[in-house]
Amino acid sequence: METEQKLTAETFPASPEKATLEGKNKFTGFWLFLGGETVLFASLFATYLALRNSTMSGPKPEELFDIKLVFAATMILLTSSLTSVYAMYHMKNFEFKKMQLWLGVTWLLGLAFLGLEIYEFRHYVHEGHTFTSSAFGSSFYALVGTHGAHVTFGLLWIGSLMIRNAKRGLNLYNAPKYYVASLYWHFIDVVWVFIFTVVYLMGMVG
Amino acid sequence: MSTLSQKKGVGGTIWDFMTTVDHKKIAILYLIAGGIFFLVGGVEALFIRIQLAIPSNDFVSAGTYNEILTMHGTTMIFLAAMPLLFAMMNAVVPLQIGARDVAFPFLNLLGFWLFAFGGLFLNLSWFLGGAPDAGWTSYASLSIASPGHGIDFYAIGLQISGAGTLISGINFLVTIINMRAPGMTYMRMPLFTWTTFVASALILFAFPALTVGLFLMIFDRLFGGNFFDATMGGNTIIWEHLFWIFGHPEVYILILPAFGVFSEILPTFSRKRLFGYSSMVFATVLIGFLGFMVWAHHMFTTGLGPIANAIFAVATMAIAVPTGIKIFNWLFTLWGGSIEFTSPMLYAVAFIPSFVIGGVTGVMAAVAPADYQFQDSYFIVAHFHYVIVGGVVYAILAGVTYWWPKMFGKMLDEKLSKATFWLFLIGFHLTFFIQHFLGLMGMPRRVWTFLPNQGLDLGNAISSSGAAFMAVATLILLVNIIKTTAKGQKVGGDPWGDGRTLEWAISSPPPEYNFKQTPLVRGLDAYWIEKMAGNKEMTPAEPLGDIHMPNSSFIPFMISLGMFIAGIGFLYRNDHAWGDIVGIIGMVVMFLSMFFRSWIDDHGFHIHKEDLVDDDKEAKM
Repeated sequence: METEQKLTAETFPASPEKATLEGKNKFTGFWLFLGGETVLFASLFATYLALRNSTMSGPKPEELFDIKLVFAATMILLTSSLTSVYAMYHMKNFEFKKMQLWLGVTWLLGLAFLGLEIYEFRHYVHEGHTFTSSAFGSSFYALVGTHGAHVTFGLLWIGSLMIRNAKRGLNLYNAPKYYVASLYWHFIDVVWVFIFTVVYLMGMVG
Repeated sequence: MSTLSQKKGVGGTIWDFMTTVDHKKIAILYLIAGGIFFLVGGVEALFIRIQLAIPSNDFVSAGTYNEILTMHGTTMIFLAAMPLLFAMMNAVVPLQIGARDVAFPFLNLLGFWLFAFGGLFLNLSWFLGGAPDAGWTSYASLSIASPGHGIDFYAIGLQISGAGTLISGINFLVTIINMRAPGMTYMRMPLFTWTTFVASALILFAFPALTVGLFLMIFDRLFGGNFFDATMGGNTIIWEHLFWIFGHPEVYILILPAFGVFSEILPTFSRKRLFGYSSMVFATVLIGFLGFMVWAHHMFTTGLGPIANAIFAVATMAIAVPTGIKIFNWLFTLWGGSIEFTSPMLYAVAFIPSFVIGGVTGVMAAVAPADYQFQDSYFIVAHFHYVIVGGVVYAILAGVTYWWPKMFGKMLDEKLSKATFWLFLIGFHLTFFIQHFLGLMGMPRRVWTFLPNQGLDLGNAISSSGAAFMAVATLILLVNIIKTTAKGQKVGGDPWGDGRTLEWAISSPPPEYNFKQTPLVRGLDAYWIEKMAGNKEMTPAEPLGDIHMPNSSFIPFMISLGMFIAGIGFLYRNDHAWGDIVGIIGMVVMFLSMFFRSWIDDHGFHIHKEDLVDDDKEAKM
């Protein structure tokens, strides 16, 4: 199929993200890119694990972390993954308005997560846990901060997509773009599950 | 000719090359940029050999020598060898699989510009206060303590060009997965395509580790991070691990495409299909896989303990098995062939024993207890030059000569090519063979001079005289290129006469859309099969139709420029108030360019089939 084709709910393909060669390439390429991102985060995790006990005179992980706040952030981000699934479900059914609605919910949840993270970081800095305070500080902010930067980029990306396509609806040109953005969002979520486990839960049991 | 390629004038041509998304033109860009960096790295090598030609020499100072050896290694690996391999991959892989272009033509150009700006950034260090001086491995214990901005140029420059490499790697993977012509199954792909595929997978999984390592180094040096600062709880060994988790796959990223080049040249000029094709594919994939399991053999003397050293030693030796499979397959390809010693074939035949020497010293170095003696000596220098020059550089010289007519439509002068070959061969062995013995006699690497009468004088003099041969060989190659460009005869689609793979089935250079009709592939060595069946050209797999083409774009240049400006700004953030401001401006330029790429629709255009038919008539006249 061609990208410029005008489609209706009846003619819209079941997998619009892979219906054109361009879409198929984006789909494959983005999955591969996420493979590279996995190595990137794995390297940051390894660095963190190597340095997490090097707190020097600063506060230790178990003194810093507040499980309630982080648990709330985790739930918010996991829910945003679910809502992005709803959005993709509606995309496949050619229901543009509903897709935008659920993406909007996803976007707001992502923003809430980011807000909590910024609040959390401010709190830590206040406690004397900064990027420059110790090797633990550097590796903590490198790992969690890289994740936060990914969330920020995801918000800018999904937001731009929603605004750009608000008036013209779905077609085979923008369907793959929406799809890979949702893949990206899931990936950020999966990384956060590991951060929650390795950084926060393991940090609190010492 | 179609209207788009008819732009005239120097300005028009430059603009065309700055914005082109055609894989064949991007190949030329890589060839030019990579070639220039190859010359720069070569001059640095000559400085090293002049300095070491006689004992107690003071041609360059000790500090400058550190900068030169660092920049020689970094330039040759990242800015010469990889881009020159990318040049061949871009020129050949889409043609070999019967594709119209790569999967992401826009990203292809972005990858090039990121590499070019990264290379420029790195080399600006020479003029802005001094080059990096901690070796191409830039171990943190040295680099954190290095004064000035040399290391910052290294870290940020490699970060920029590394991003380009990663993008190109993903591009080739998707191209090979999704864009093969009908009938081109995985097990019918030419070996150069296969090795590109595996090397690209290695790029995808190896480069992010370097990205992280470089970020940590940038954070430590410029942003007050403590990753490698032992006084703040940091650990310099983290850099060694991250660097070699990238660095070891990197040597396979270089050598696998080189294997691919020779696996194309040997069957062509033996007029025989490649011996053991499926075992070649298997060996390639196995080398790629094992390549990730052996990084700590670069760290035997770091003190990881006997268990770790033993595991990594055994894993390293295991790589000799698939490599041995390849060596024997090449030999059996020659066996009984009707061999024609063209210049690419000379390189291929010379490559086999040269690379075996490098492989054998590699297995020697893999014996961990023995490595305690070899490490940081000229023995190691000799080892890796035998695999990288005897493997990768031979392959680049051979491949560029082999595919030159496909890229430019003219044959390089065979006499001059053979002169280059012989001089380079003699010079290479003269320079590096003796270095094994210099190393075993105790000459350390990365030291700027040596004292007289320690048994090192003659060996170093011989080694330096060999370098002169290689320099002359390179000059003759340049003369050859100029002469061919000015006077060379135009050639047809299959100038060597014995082409086996799809790239030889179309004109030289190919039209911008490559195949007018996507070809139908009926087996390994698709074009050879058609020739043997008495066909003049490939059987088309589709009727003549409009061809969809991507638009050229200026955005890749702007994204890369943004990153370059950001790098300059952040590099000076601790020296000047404007540092952070310029850095942020650069980031804004980069992100805005990316945003416009996303915001503005780019549907490409169509070449109509009527114009294609016209092309044909013109070609026949």
